[in-house]
Amino acid sequence: MKWALGCVLVALVALPAVLSSYALTLFILIFFYGFLGQAWNIVGGYAGQLSAGHAAFVGVGGYTAAVLSIELGLTPWIGMLVGGALAALLGAIIGYLGFRFGLRGFYFVLLTVAFAEICRVAVTNIDALGGPLGLYITFTGNPRQFQFQDGRAYYYIALALLLMATAIAWAIERRRFGVYLAAIREDEAAAEALGVNAFKYKMLAMVVSSFLTGLGGTFYAFYLFSLQPNTLFGIPLSVEIIIRPIVGGAGTLLGPILGSFILTPLAEVSRLYLGQEGLHGAHLIAYGVLLIAVVLFLPEGAYPRLVRVLARPARGGR
Amino acid sequence: MSGVLFGGVYSLMAVGLTLIFGVMRVVNFAHGDMMVWGMYLAYILATRAGVDPYVSFIVCALALFALGFLVQRGLVDRIVGAPHEMQILLMLGVALVLENLALVLFGPEPTRVRSPLAAAAVWVGPIFVDVARLVTFVVAVALTLVLWAFLFKTDLGRTVRAAADNTYGALVIGTDVRRVYAVAFGVGAACVGAAGALVSPILPFQPPTGLSLSVASFNIVIIGGMGNLLGAFVGGLLVSLAESLGAVFLKPSLKELFSFSLLVVILLIRPAGLFGHRAS
Repeated sequence: MKWALGCVLVALVALPAVLSSYALTLFILIFFYGFLGQAWNIVGGYAGQLSAGHAAFVGVGGYTAAVLSIELGLTPWIGMLVGGALAALLGAIIGYLGFRFGLRGFYFVLLTVAFAEICRVAVTNIDALGGPLGLYITFTGNPRQFQFQDGRAYYYIALALLLMATAIAWAIERRRFGVYLAAIREDEAAAEALGVNAFKYKMLAMVVSSFLTGLGGTFYAFYLFSLQPNTLFGIPLSVEIIIRPIVGGAGTLLGPILGSFILTPLAEVSRLYLGQEGLHGAHLIAYGVLLIAVVLFLPEGAYPRLVRVLARPARGGR
Repeated sequence: MSGVLFGGVYSLMAVGLTLIFGVMRVVNFAHGDMMVWGMYLAYILATRAGVDPYVSFIVCALALFALGFLVQRGLVDRIVGAPHEMQILLMLGVALVLENLALVLFGPEPTRVRSPLAAAAVWVGPIFVDVARLVTFVVAVALTLVLWAFLFKTDLGRTVRAAADNTYGALVIGTDVRRVYAVAFGVGAACVGAAGALVSPILPFQPPTGLSLSVASFNIVIIGGMGNLLGAFVGGLLVSLAESLGAVFLKPSLKELFSFSLLVVILLIRPAGLFGHRAS
């Protein structure tokens, strides 16, 4: 297993040498959305708290790093951490309100959506943040400014982010913390009866998840060179974030990554062909259909199913 | 004043949502998007066939009844008994499809249906009222009363209420619960079909309008008590009034901010409902 893992890692590190620039972009997006999905997975998958407003953390992280860089000249490498911290603070506020006031299921979904939309409308109305037009980052190509002439740099950063989030999720899964989260997800009352402090662990999961997602905001902003409230805080981005782990398998370590490898190329192809004909929103229709299909036919997600399908012949051979 | 008149539509919309929740314990995340489809349907009927929305609302209600019936039969029905999260994801999927299908078919530009009534206005005592809003209000309230009569005076309506109160009991006495569920979802959707057509001359709409309508419906239904019909009706008037007061003091661009903040506050307080006990 370790062996296979090493091979995959070496292959991923060597891959940019043979990729065309379009394929490179595709891989950057696969890693980046996989990273966001993995960050969401910690609270949405492992802890089972369906946050449908994770775009808020991307927005807070991205805007923080961008404003610090534009106004104060602070390098986004530090701004990224500040953005992550502010996103974690927002996550803690949402988590506190949601968990303290006992908002479960549909109520928690509404709370997270409401916060993301409040952030979006607020930023749209703040002129210092560029209002509805947003902020633009001038390209200098200076690595200190989180800007690179060579697209491969973004590839390695996105890969590093994905690996980091996955390592954190793996560490959580292996520890007591992960077991507590699973217990809370399956039956919160029973977990509490056994002495698990559900509030504390849900809060922790939310803070870790929102911190990581906030880091992603900096990458997103500096990769695109622009920030608009609708793209960074909007519901479409929240959908992008949750759909990959759900399709791949929420609450599994490799689910978000598999989900991103399946969905990101599909989304890019549909954007390329359908977007050109002015059919914006077409890929969101596809996401909606996919969500319905997953709920009806593959509720546990693609990764657990894949594992079972692969395991079947082995068992039969014995 | 126009806030109160708009409240009739809000009430109708919320009664539909609360009916669906009360009967099936399913939150229709696509509620606002269904309403937008009612609006576009009224738009098509008005532009292609020249039917006034104050007539075509009946057609829109029937069309949305069919849509709701099919969503329940084809989708929600298959996952009864699945974890709650699955229902939420399913309905989010339906909402995504409906909103973006509208975006692809009708484009992002705000639209409004022309009706000769929309230009007229009359003095009612000391108050200047525009006729369209008045008619909308009266029809919306009348439809709510029709729904009331359906639920309390007809056999099918009584079965719907029975299934809502005690699904198992209804099954025991031989009710076709699947059919009742589909009817209830259909009726709930028909409410927004009619509501959508009725506001189409007053409220300029575009596909994303669905979200703000959904949020307004959630606000009302949670205030009124989930599943409580009377609560939804009165809550609709209240929320509409609160929103129009909010609009007086805030810039129009902040109106959305107001409804979402209202949602957060309502979620945290989660009142027992205006009438009756706390439903969790």
